[in-house]
Amino acid sequence: MTTVATAADLRRGASSEPLPWRRMAWVTWCQHRGALIGVALLFLTLAVGFWVGGLQLHHAYAVAVACHPASSYACNTLVDRFNGTNDFLANGGLPQLIPPLIGAFLGAPVLARELESGTFRFAWTQGFGRWRWTLAKLVALGVVVTAVAGALGALLSWYFQPYFPAASQAIYVSNHLSIRTSSPFAPLLFDLRGVAFAAWTLAAFAVGVLAGVLIRRVVAAIVVTLVGYAGIAFAVGGYLRQRYVGPVVTSKLDVPDSAWVISQHWLTKAGRPASQALLNQVLLKTPPAALGKAGDPKSFSLSHYLVQQGFTQWTAYQPASRFWTFQWIEGGCLVALSALLMAGTIWWVRRKVA
Amino acid sequence: MNVIETHGLSKSYGSTWALRDCTLAIPAGHVTALVGPNGAGKSTLLNLAVNLAIPSAGTVVVLGGHPAGSPAALDGIAFVAQNMPLYKNLSAADMLHMTRNLNRSFDQGYAEARLRELDIPLKRKVSRLSGGQQAQLGLTLALSRRPQLLVLDEPMAALDPLARHDFMATVMTAVVDHGVSVVLSSHILADLERVADYLVLVSRGRVQVAGEVEDLLACHQVLTGPAGESARYGEWLDVVSELRGEAQAHLLVRTKGVMEAVPAGWEAHSVSLEELTLAYLRTPAAASLPGPARSREARPAGVMQ
Repeated sequence: MTTVATAADLRRGASSEPLPWRRMAWVTWCQHRGALIGVALLFLTLAVGFWVGGLQLHHAYAVAVACHPASSYACNTLVDRFNGTNDFLANGGLPQLIPPLIGAFLGAPVLARELESGTFRFAWTQGFGRWRWTLAKLVALGVVVTAVAGALGALLSWYFQPYFPAASQAIYVSNHLSIRTSSPFAPLLFDLRGVAFAAWTLAAFAVGVLAGVLIRRVVAAIVVTLVGYAGIAFAVGGYLRQRYVGPVVTSKLDVPDSAWVISQHWLTKAGRPASQALLNQVLLKTPPAALGKAGDPKSFSLSHYLVQQGFTQWTAYQPASRFWTFQWIEGGCLVALSALLMAGTIWWVRRKVA
Repeated sequence: MNVIETHGLSKSYGSTWALRDCTLAIPAGHVTALVGPNGAGKSTLLNLAVNLAIPSAGTVVVLGGHPAGSPAALDGIAFVAQNMPLYKNLSAADMLHMTRNLNRSFDQGYAEARLRELDIPLKRKVSRLSGGQQAQLGLTLALSRRPQLLVLDEPMAALDPLARHDFMATVMTAVVDHGVSVVLSSHILADLERVADYLVLVSRGRVQVAGEVEDLLACHQVLTGPAGESARYGEWLDVVSELRGEAQAHLLVRTKGVMEAVPAGWEAHSVSLEELTLAYLRTPAAASLPGPARSREARPAGVMQ
């Protein structure tokens, strides 16, 4: 029996050596060219849109910032014009949809369609082997998706740049112009910039692929991918992100505008938490004179008064300077998560399917 | 060499056993018919052999000892699944190219020549081919891999009689020209009678009959005689099944290869493959496995070689 098998092996040449990975490149392209061309067209359209819109936005910003004197009517008009440029894009909501759409319409069908239509019985009985077939496909598509999203992410970073004035300009801008600015940690903008956008897109793809192999139905997998992605996005944005690095805690009142304030509370002289009721009580008894001179409505005046009364305001915040630290932490975690989800997918394909 | 060899192979889906304690050896060089009623476990057995399913218990090895799903097994076995799952949105040429990329050996010349013979245009999408053409394309892709073993799961279920005939003709040509071993499942006996020379009968998740068709036919005969006497013969003859009418009874009996003395008033005649199969299917408790008759623990013929 053994001798026969060996003879058969010899007849086929060195059959112990697996088939080269590059063979899967054409197979992947052949099967997914429709989806890939669709993604390419979508990204190209978006790129052109953000490029044109970005040029307008940058121009409007440059004109508004260069305007002197800042308080003139003409300058105010220019600021208004900048604030109104591509208003619908400014909060970042629209591009937020790109990663989940990639996950749902490119990721989820990769395995779900094979399982739903039965073609996995063809694909997984070929000489290439099922888990190598899966790995090759996921890596190829994952790399393409990440690369394209990375390019779009770079474009988005550039597009949104005017909302995040450089430190040298920030003071002038905030003091003299009612120009639209944003914290670099703004929930819908943080993950569109830097490396996060590509990482989120890869994660969405990985979620889609895993949902597809578990659910085995294209439409259901698409729905679950959207829900699952939203769950992860809300968990990260609402809970995890602020905990990447311990926040800076200060009792100073002048926390920079660009900082991401995590929490803020007042303590009494004795160091106990001061309730809002207690603070209101103190403030109601405030002599008008203590609120500073009329005509100088400093926003901090009430807070300053409370400090004079022995209260302390503790603020926990993430300074804007941590932007890139947070970008790399989030990007790294998402890439690790994607790798984990893909490894789970391959394990499932290898051991559990059918 | 055994192309498929199983020991105590079982597969359950939830609490249902699709295949139970199946010990079997299918030797190389045969066209093996895997027969059984719907839901008997035929597809499960074939899926286990090509590693599309993972055993709940027991082992399955192929091509003389390679584990199912190992690289050597993948290289040597071409599987054509039920309902011909091919990529509907790809052209025939793309399917050829894909199969060539996914396999160590692929005979492009053979594939193109076959499709030309079948009048299947290379540029046409799979979804626009007829059922018969899709089946032929699936078969051509499988045979172009030059496999040692061709496994066909209900390949003709959806085909009309003419397409069925053409399909089997392609299979038999490959058997003659390239010496490929074939295992095919079907619940349509007529398809198999002309081509199969090895029979495996599965029923209710168990292997009931396994052996070369010639031997099986030689070892069984039908006795016809008075209905009143049939009970008496049941004691000393190895009766597989009994069809009793008002006056006459038909007994399918197992002989040891020699025609035994026929009692007075009875007549014996040889059995057809279809009769034999139907008789066993009617009597799920009866078994005919290689080795000592009626022994479920029998070592399969292939193992003893």
